[in-house]
Amino acid sequence: MGKTLLQKVWDAHTVRVLPTGQTQLFIGLHLVHEVTSPQAFAELRARGWKVRFPERTFATVDHIVPTRDLERPFADQMAEAMLSALEANCREFGVPLYGLGDSHQGIVHVIGPELGLTQPGMTIACGDSHTSTHGAVGSVAFGIGTSQVRDLLASQCLALEPLKVRRINVEGTLRRGVYAKDVILEIIRQLGVKGGVGYAYEYAGSTVARMSMDERMTICNMSIEGGARVGYVNPDETTFAFIEGRPFAPAGDAFDRACQWWRSIASDPDAAFDDEVEIDASRLAPVITWGLNPGQSIHVDERIPGPDAYQSNERPMVSEALSFMGFTGGQAITGTKIDVAFLGSCTNSRLSDLREAARLVAGQKVAPHVKALVVPGSQGVRTAAEQEGLHDVFRQAGFEWRGAGCSLCLGMNPDKLTGREICASSSNRNFKGRMGSPTGRTLLMSPAMVAAAAIAGEVVDVRRVLDAALTA
Amino acid sequence: MPVNRDSAMTSESPRIQRLSGTMLPLPGNDIDTDRIIPARFLRAITFEGLERHVFEDDRASAHTGQPHPFDNPAYSGASILVVNRNFGCGSSREHAPQALRGWGIRAVVGESFSEIFFGNSVALGIPCVTVSAEDASGLMDLAESSPSTSVDVDLEGLALTAGDRVITLTMSRAAQGALLSGAWDATSLLRDDVEQVKATAARLPYVSGF
Repeated sequence: MGKTLLQKVWDAHTVRVLPTGQTQLFIGLHLVHEVTSPQAFAELRARGWKVRFPERTFATVDHIVPTRDLERPFADQMAEAMLSALEANCREFGVPLYGLGDSHQGIVHVIGPELGLTQPGMTIACGDSHTSTHGAVGSVAFGIGTSQVRDLLASQCLALEPLKVRRINVEGTLRRGVYAKDVILEIIRQLGVKGGVGYAYEYAGSTVARMSMDERMTICNMSIEGGARVGYVNPDETTFAFIEGRPFAPAGDAFDRACQWWRSIASDPDAAFDDEVEIDASRLAPVITWGLNPGQSIHVDERIPGPDAYQSNERPMVSEALSFMGFTGGQAITGTKIDVAFLGSCTNSRLSDLREAARLVAGQKVAPHVKALVVPGSQGVRTAAEQEGLHDVFRQAGFEWRGAGCSLCLGMNPDKLTGREICASSSNRNFKGRMGSPTGRTLLMSPAMVAAAAIAGEVVDVRRVLDAALTA
Repeated sequence: MPVNRDSAMTSESPRIQRLSGTMLPLPGNDIDTDRIIPARFLRAITFEGLERHVFEDDRASAHTGQPHPFDNPAYSGASILVVNRNFGCGSSREHAPQALRGWGIRAVVGESFSEIFFGNSVALGIPCVTVSAEDASGLMDLAESSPSTSVDVDLEGLALTAGDRVITLTMSRAAQGALLSGAWDATSLLRDDVEQVKATAARLPYVSGF
């Protein structure tokens, strides 16, 4: 019987089984940011400990960065204190920092792969639930809390319990206007927001095999929204081509040897999975959320469900979501007027996302009542986009072109919704209050759908926009 | 109540075997950590004072005449939080269990928990124990009808006693073991075998440079 990638990576990184029954797992890469680390560094200092493997630890700043005005000190004193603490901690403990103004600064889940720090077969952890993103290259990557950040800084290990593996086979060709974002939203819609608890999701099948690394990252990124702490894709030639030549990638003969090892850690053809699920991608339409969690979604041409479509114990939550969002069961979601259009976040802020959105807004104008912003995932993405002239396309259409950071996705920086504003967003969470206003509303969708909504001023089916462009 | 990190600052964390107190029922599935502690309160470099903002936006929007459970005087002083399904989903912020602990919550009883929230809670010595949907609903009914009822959570026997009712609890053996043995603060344990860690690392091709 063969093994899954998860089992192979887990076995290779197991230091020992602890008396509690947990596994002590060595972590190959620890990514650090300003929100979940200051208390952990403070505890190391209090206990007189050093960072044990500073060469396997890298930091950046992303959550609190004002993406418009980068002047220091920040207007927000608390944000300034957080960045100052990160800078001081990295200096004191010898941790490399891609800080503000660095050409590699950006969202931690964008810069890891971009720098080639993220590699197949690694264990990767970060005090952020979207660490699952890094699984796109075939690593086992997951989010942790601050106590575990402390454990990791102090020992380069974590105490963990093994995961089961569910293989999700995605088959078929995506139709025009349907993207990786729609695939993962559909997976969450079908398996539920807690369907993945206890599992790592292995994304497989011909659709995933054809996907670029950016697309695989979008899918792995939202594993946690489906309850799965880990999501990964087996490494293949697409992966190797992506990694080759990046600053931290092995070079020359070492790269060839690395490819050999990377091939060997992929799931074996006869590996046994704890569960398998099939997803038909050929029938998929653009997916959009209508509610307060990423599983409350429909195809854009479907009607918003009413409470009666749910089991009785779900109805109170569905009614609450409908009332919060201002929707009624049976209503269409197309035509919903939007106030803000947000292109960004660790889910969809990479170069290919911006290219596709730019293609849709080129030569058009953002609707007058819409505030539209593009927040590249990293300074690297921003520079590459500017070299292609994408910033001009967006600006001419009426979008704001910002610096790299988490921005509107989580309401920890100056980018926030106001009041009951409704935002068409390429991000990952539509939780109540997520975008900084307790009554603000978020509709999750693909970057192309966000771009189309920005121009129309309301939710539209991007397939119709693309059809019209073809016949024009 | 000030947040107490003292217990986590020592190398040996206390054994947690039995907890008792009154209940705070919080109905609803998929309650995410953004709701437990909205992101704007994460703009800080300590966990102090988070309890003042626990469920802040939900509490502010609760209807008059029907206070949010955290504002219901009937539940003041409660230390056992009773929840439904997939509690603590979403963001990995440990600020969520920190805020609950600061409020006075010592254990969470529910139908299911997000994995990261579960791990963060155990790392703070807060057991999250699982009960059936019927038992969760029964406990919520009991808390509502008789809020002064004290319940006893026995982690060794995995049983919750409420008056003459005894409810079976489930919890992963590893988490149970860590709490019972006082090894829930894992740092010292993870640090004490550095040679074995280095040997494991040295066998990894990416550490040795392929």
